[in-house]
Amino acid sequence: MAIDLDLCSACQACVVACYAENNIATVGEEQIQKDRGLHWIRIERYWKTEWPQPRALFLPLLCQHCDRAPCESVCPVFASVHSDDGLNLQVYNRCFGTRYCANNCPYKVRVFNWFKGEFPEPVNAQLNPDVTVRGVGIMEKCTFCVQRIRRARQQARAEGREVLEGEVVPACVQTCPTGALTFGDLNDPNSLAARLAASDRAYHLLEFLDTEPSISYLKGLGAESG
Amino acid sequence: MARLPNWARLPRYSRGPTRGLGHEAVPEAERQIAYEHRDEHLQPGASSRVQDAVADGTIEDVPPTEEELARMDAALDGIVLGSMTRIGPGYLLLALVLGFGTLSLFGAWLYQIFEGIGVAGINRPVFWGFYITSFVFWIGVSHSGTLISAILRVLNVEWRRPLTRGAEAMTLFSLMVGALFPLIHLGRVWKFYFMIPYPNVRELWPNFHSALVWDLVAILTYMTSSALFLFMPMIPDMATARDRTTGIRRRIYGVLALGWRGSQQQWHRLHLAMKVYTIVIIPVAVSVHSIVSWDFAMTTNEGWHSTIFAPYFVIGAIYSGVAALITVLIFVRRGLGLQNYITKFHFDRLGLILLAVSVIWFYMFFAQTLTNWYGGNPVDRELEHLHIFGAMAPLWWFMVVVNVLLPFFTLWFKRVRRSLPTMLVITLLINMGMWIERFLIVVGSNVRNHLPFDWGDYTPALPEIIIAAATFAMFAFLYVALSKALPFVSLWEVKEGWRLDKWRTQGIVEEETEPVEEPQGVSPPPSENRPGEVLA
Repeated sequence: MAIDLDLCSACQACVVACYAENNIATVGEEQIQKDRGLHWIRIERYWKTEWPQPRALFLPLLCQHCDRAPCESVCPVFASVHSDDGLNLQVYNRCFGTRYCANNCPYKVRVFNWFKGEFPEPVNAQLNPDVTVRGVGIMEKCTFCVQRIRRARQQARAEGREVLEGEVVPACVQTCPTGALTFGDLNDPNSLAARLAASDRAYHLLEFLDTEPSISYLKGLGAESG
Repeated sequence: MARLPNWARLPRYSRGPTRGLGHEAVPEAERQIAYEHRDEHLQPGASSRVQDAVADGTIEDVPPTEEELARMDAALDGIVLGSMTRIGPGYLLLALVLGFGTLSLFGAWLYQIFEGIGVAGINRPVFWGFYITSFVFWIGVSHSGTLISAILRVLNVEWRRPLTRGAEAMTLFSLMVGALFPLIHLGRVWKFYFMIPYPNVRELWPNFHSALVWDLVAILTYMTSSALFLFMPMIPDMATARDRTTGIRRRIYGVLALGWRGSQQQWHRLHLAMKVYTIVIIPVAVSVHSIVSWDFAMTTNEGWHSTIFAPYFVIGAIYSGVAALITVLIFVRRGLGLQNYITKFHFDRLGLILLAVSVIWFYMFFAQTLTNWYGGNPVDRELEHLHIFGAMAPLWWFMVVVNVLLPFFTLWFKRVRRSLPTMLVITLLINMGMWIERFLIVVGSNVRNHLPFDWGDYTPALPEIIIAAATFAMFAFLYVALSKALPFVSLWEVKEGWRLDKWRTQGIVEEETEPVEEPQGVSPPPSENRPGEVLA
C-alpha cells in the first residue's frame, strides 16, 4: 500500500469504513479516553507550527504489515503469523492475550479487546458476515481486509487467472475521497502501488528499525495539508 | 594421620529417644545453657573470632562437651519443632488476616476474569502495568533465597547454617506468588495451556522464538529445582520431626522423610547430592532472571532493548532478594523464637552482602541511565527526562534515595547492621524502591515510543492495586501457614555446624578407629586439644 500524505485531508472516512467493514466494536467515550479505542486505522495529527498559525500534519497509520514483523517473533503461541502473500495476520482463536506483540509493535497499531465488544441496535444489523466478531481478551489489528483479498483470489482461481490490478480494494482505500491510499501487489513492479513505492517521495515509517513495512508513505513536496 | 570424614561424625537424631515436642518440654535449664553459649558455640560463624580470642588469651576456650552438645540439640529441636505445634490466638488472627488478604487476590482476579481484563488500568500503549511489575518483583525476590543459600554452601560459609532453610523457603514462596502473574495478566487466562508444548492433533507448538516461552520454561525449571533444593536438605529434619511427633503428623513426616534412618550411606548420599545440586542450581538461578529481563530486552521498545538488562536484572533481583531475606528473617526469628540461632551476627553479615550488592546495582543502574542519555536516541532521552525531571520524577528520586543513598550511607556502620528495627526499615524501603524500579522499567518505558501521538499514561485501577498488594499478604500467608509444617531452621545443619565448630576449635582426631559401625553414636570425643588447627 502507498499513502500519499499530500492527498490526505484527514477526513477520517477510512476510519469509519474500516469500522463498518471489519466488525470493529465501539467502546464508548469513557474507554476512548483511556486510550482503549479499537481503531485499526487512525489519523495521527502532528502540529507543524504553533499558535497563532497552527499547521497540522496528518499521518494515516495502520498496520504496516512488516516483512520482518516484530510482533510475530514474540508471540508465544503463533497467534501473530505471516501469510504466504506477505500479510501479517492475527489468529483470533489462538490469541490468549499476553499483549507482548502490541508492546513490541513500534507503530502501536495493534489494539486489544479489553472487554467483550458490543454491537447495540442498530449496529448489529450491519455486521459483516465475512469477518469474525472478536471476543474479550484478544489482540486485533488491520488485516488489509483479508476477506476481500481471499475472495478475489478465489474468484481468480475459479476463472483460471491471476488476480488483476485493482481487483482487491480494502475498505479504507475504497472510501478515501481524495485517493490518498493506493493498494496493490508490490511484487508486480507494474502495479500502481509498486510504482508509487519506488518513487522518490516514498519512505517507510521508522525505517531505521528495519522492519521492512509494506506501506510506503509519499512525503509532501511543499504543499502542506491542514 | 588418618582423618575421620565429616559425614561419619554426624549425629543421628532419628535414633535418639522420642522426646516431647512442645516448647515447654525443653527444660528451662537446657534453654539457659543454649542461651549462654550463643556467642561462643551456638554461632558457627563466631569460630574464627573465638579462635582469635583464644590465641590472644582473651578468653579461655571451653568447647561444649558431648553432653552439652546433646542438650543444645535438644533445645534446638524443642524450640523449632515446638513452635510448629503451638498455635496461639495471635497466630490465628495473623493467619486469618493474611488469609483474607490472599483471598482478596483471587477475588479480584475472578472479577477480572468475568468482566474482562479492561478492569485493570492498562491501555494502549501501556499494555503491561502493575501485573508485570509485580511479576518481575516477585521473581526478583525469589532469586536470592536459593542463590544466597547455594553460594554460601559452596563457599562453605559456616554462619549460613541457621539461615538456609528460611532463604530457600523464601524462593519457593515468592515464586509461587510471582508465577501467578503471567496468568493474571492474560487476556484469556482459560487458554493459558496454549503456551505449554503439549502434543495435539494439529501439531501446534508454542513459538520457541518468543521470550515468553523461555520464561515459562525458566520459571518452571526454577520452581521445580528450588522446591527440590528446599526439600532435599529437609529430609533428615523430616525424620527428626517424625521421631518426635505422634499421630497424623508422624505419619506425614514419615512419608516426607523418605525412609531416612540416618545411616552413613544416607548421610553420604545426602552430602554428595547437596554438593552437586548446590553447584548446579547457581546457573539455573542466574539464568531465570536473565530470561525475565529478556522479556524486555528482546523487544524493539525504547528503554527496554538494552544489552545490560540481563546482568542488571540479575543484580537487581539479588539486591531486592537479599533485602527481602533480611526482612523475612527478622519476622521468622521473632515469630518462631529463634533469637538464639539467628543472631545479630547474621544480620551483620547479610547487611554487608546487601551493601556490596547495592553498590553493584548502582553501577548497573548508572551505566543504564548514562547509556540512555549519552546514546542520543530521542526516545531514550525523553524517557530519562520523564523519569528524572518529568511526571515520574518523584518515583525516580525516591528510588535513587532508598536504593542508592540509603544503603550506602547506613550499611557501612556495624551498629546499623546489628540493629534489627533499623535493618527492617532499610530493607523494606529498599524493596519499595526496587518495586518502583521495576515499575519505571515496565510502565515508565511503555508510556513513550517513537510516535508522540501514541504516547500514553497509566493509572492503576482498583483490581490491579488489590492484586498487587495482596501478593504481599499471600507471600506472608505462605510463610505463616507453612511455619507450622516445616522446620524453618535446618536442624541437622546447625547441629553439624556445632560439631564442626567444636572440632575446629578443639583440635583434630589423632587416630582413626575402624570405619564407624552403623549403630555408633555421635563421634568419639577428640583426644587432645589443639586450638587453631582446622580439621574439615
